[in-house]
Amino acid sequence: MRVLNKMTLNYMSGAEAVIKALVDNGVEVIFGYPGGAVLPLYDALFENKKIKHILVRHEQAAVHAAEGYARSTGKVGCVLVTSGPGATNAITGLTDALMDSIPIICLSGQVPTHLIGTDAFQEADTIGISRPCTKHNYLVKDADKLCEIIHKSFEIASSGRPGPVLVDLPKDIQLSNVKYVNKISKIKKLNNDYSSNIDENLINKVANLLLQAERPIIYGGGGIVNSGPNASKLLTELVNVLDCPVTLTLMGLGCVPNTNKNFLGMLGMHGTYEANLAMHNCDVMLNVGARFDDRVTGRLNAFAPNSKKVHIDVDKSSINKVVSVDYGIVGDCKEVLSALLQEVKKLHNQKTVKSKAKWWSQIKKWKDKDSLGFKQIGNNIKPQQAIKSLYEKTKNFDTYITTEVGQHQMWAAQYFGFSKPNHWMTSGGLGTMGYGLPSSVGVQIAHPKSLVIDISGEASFLMNMQELSTIVQYKLPIKIFILNNEWMGMVRQWQELNHGSRYSESYTASLPDFVKLAESFGINGLRVDNITNLEATIDEMINIKGPVIADIRVVKEENCFPMIPSGAAHNEMILNSDDNNHDTSNEGLALV
Amino acid sequence: MSVYQKNEVKEVETSRTLSLVVDNQPGTLARVIGLFSGRGYNIESLTVTEIEKIRNLSRISLVTRGTSMTIEQIKSQLLRIVPVHIVRDLTLEGPFIKSELALVKLVVKGANRVEALRIAETFRARTLDVTLSSFVFELTGKPSKLDAFIDLMRSLGDTEISRTGVSAISRGEKTETKLLDQI
Repeated sequence: MRVLNKMTLNYMSGAEAVIKALVDNGVEVIFGYPGGAVLPLYDALFENKKIKHILVRHEQAAVHAAEGYARSTGKVGCVLVTSGPGATNAITGLTDALMDSIPIICLSGQVPTHLIGTDAFQEADTIGISRPCTKHNYLVKDADKLCEIIHKSFEIASSGRPGPVLVDLPKDIQLSNVKYVNKISKIKKLNNDYSSNIDENLINKVANLLLQAERPIIYGGGGIVNSGPNASKLLTELVNVLDCPVTLTLMGLGCVPNTNKNFLGMLGMHGTYEANLAMHNCDVMLNVGARFDDRVTGRLNAFAPNSKKVHIDVDKSSINKVVSVDYGIVGDCKEVLSALLQEVKKLHNQKTVKSKAKWWSQIKKWKDKDSLGFKQIGNNIKPQQAIKSLYEKTKNFDTYITTEVGQHQMWAAQYFGFSKPNHWMTSGGLGTMGYGLPSSVGVQIAHPKSLVIDISGEASFLMNMQELSTIVQYKLPIKIFILNNEWMGMVRQWQELNHGSRYSESYTASLPDFVKLAESFGINGLRVDNITNLEATIDEMINIKGPVIADIRVVKEENCFPMIPSGAAHNEMILNSDDNNHDTSNEGLALV
Repeated sequence: MSVYQKNEVKEVETSRTLSLVVDNQPGTLARVIGLFSGRGYNIESLTVTEIEKIRNLSRISLVTRGTSMTIEQIKSQLLRIVPVHIVRDLTLEGPFIKSELALVKLVVKGANRVEALRIAETFRARTLDVTLSSFVFELTGKPSKLDAFIDLMRSLGDTEISRTGVSAISRGEKTETKLLDQI
């Protein structure tokens, strides 16, 4: 018979047990929206002093806010939504978290167990709907298993490759009398755990490969951020020891400081010329915590054709998924990097390392193309200049950037410099417009003293602008920096490049007056349409204590370059509009 | 073909038999099937039944088809599913037994009745039900044996077929007991 500790003999309601389990798992903030099926949980929260509840204005925003919170702190983000529409509204956020490997716990209410399957009011098959967009999900049918399930959910969400876990809580379970069970260190081995034993032999081979390479490159991704700040430090050190070029994916920005001399900028579809060409021409590629996403690789049969590839990933299924590699190492980035760095340092002292002078001089030639160069002509503000000025004005603060999705996102990735991990929150895998504003709520809640800026486009902003109300309620001094070109810019750009400039439905008509919109919420709105006033406006935005909407009227038909056209390879980049003599192949047209 | 596919020499697709041990709980099968449909993999055969009451475990025997890269991907993806504990590639591991059960109803009259019984005897099928105008035979064995039997029965009259799908196990003394104890 199991001997129960006296402490575990706590009886309470299911709802109270859930809240206690959250507290025991370190939850300080929960983002949510109440409704009929979660009233007992909200009642338990009412008495609770340890968890701060943030009332969002839409459940999708609750998940994005939790993602921003999680991404900027390394903790698990927590969400509470009601049954039916509450849960279905959360689905986009959960899918976003799954694609970008963000640890989220989403508690959803459900109709009482005896009504499940009867098409009851606000009933939805939440488990069925959320199954493909969560790392795991639970329907709690037995109150005795409630506590264990919550504890286990945290373990699943945060271990291995992190992801969202949904727990569906029928209302009768929330009201039932349960015995609280404390968190047991580890309930059972999770089958998706990677082994923490790193194969020394493999590390030795890879270290040799890197040291013997004439044209090596390191390509890092979001897995480094998930592995914690130490992984970023180790990566930077490895780059410095090897003196090799490094590039980062959209999700990995900040893992190596932008000021590092070996950093070539972001790679991929809108990456720099030097990063993509270095990828194309390398002889050894080390991928750390990235997943060979199609935005990064371009056409696969021409992807880094003459290279030996090494892939470090915590998720075994990422290795050899789309690109077959010569060496796959399954493990946590910081552990593998630490072992690899040690081995590289050891061998570095023993052997003569091949000179990379030729490689660096080649890279310098690519760099000299100045692929991110642009000309600020006339009085109209170029969006690139707006981001550049924003970076210059904010780089000395502890600045956190969130973005929506589209041209402004790419410009932010290209022109804003990130010196630390966890300071850049963007929707990479799913590409969710409307991510940035709610995400900034989560970031600002986690870092109340820091400068949090949502770099937005006017179309994306409209997708979740109800969250202005949340921002005002909690007095969050978020700066919303809208690059307003009155177009769904990236859609317009693709229509220009691939569809003969037939701009079908991509004009953002009937825009609100953003300044008046801000004023209607009692916050500050600023507008600038002249380059001479840009910097002053940014200063003003930063100096205002509360939230600000800054409507930055930018050049309307500016395109985001450089670009790998769809279906093309890294070495087929186009640098500007004049360069676009390339006809997109039929296969390329089918790609998104 | 997508341009994101590799243009290398096309590797041949082979049939693989996978044996999974999973938690016997609602949703596990949906997860496994959802993985195959969501990622566009093939399922040629699938059987599921509880194998252990106390630990609440089920076995899924699954026959799929793909290149070795696809099969490796399927196996790693299956292992990401939280209630999937063991994924074994029986085809890769070595000799194994694949067996299936078929129930075959044959509507037949006259001289063909004798022929049907003779074929059933040759195949060592059991006769489970007899009327003056029909039989129900039960046959176990390799899927190819079942295919052959069913083809013959079809030529004799109207048939109705019910098959269980493949159940598989490795040959020799190797068991999963140690692996299961880690669950």
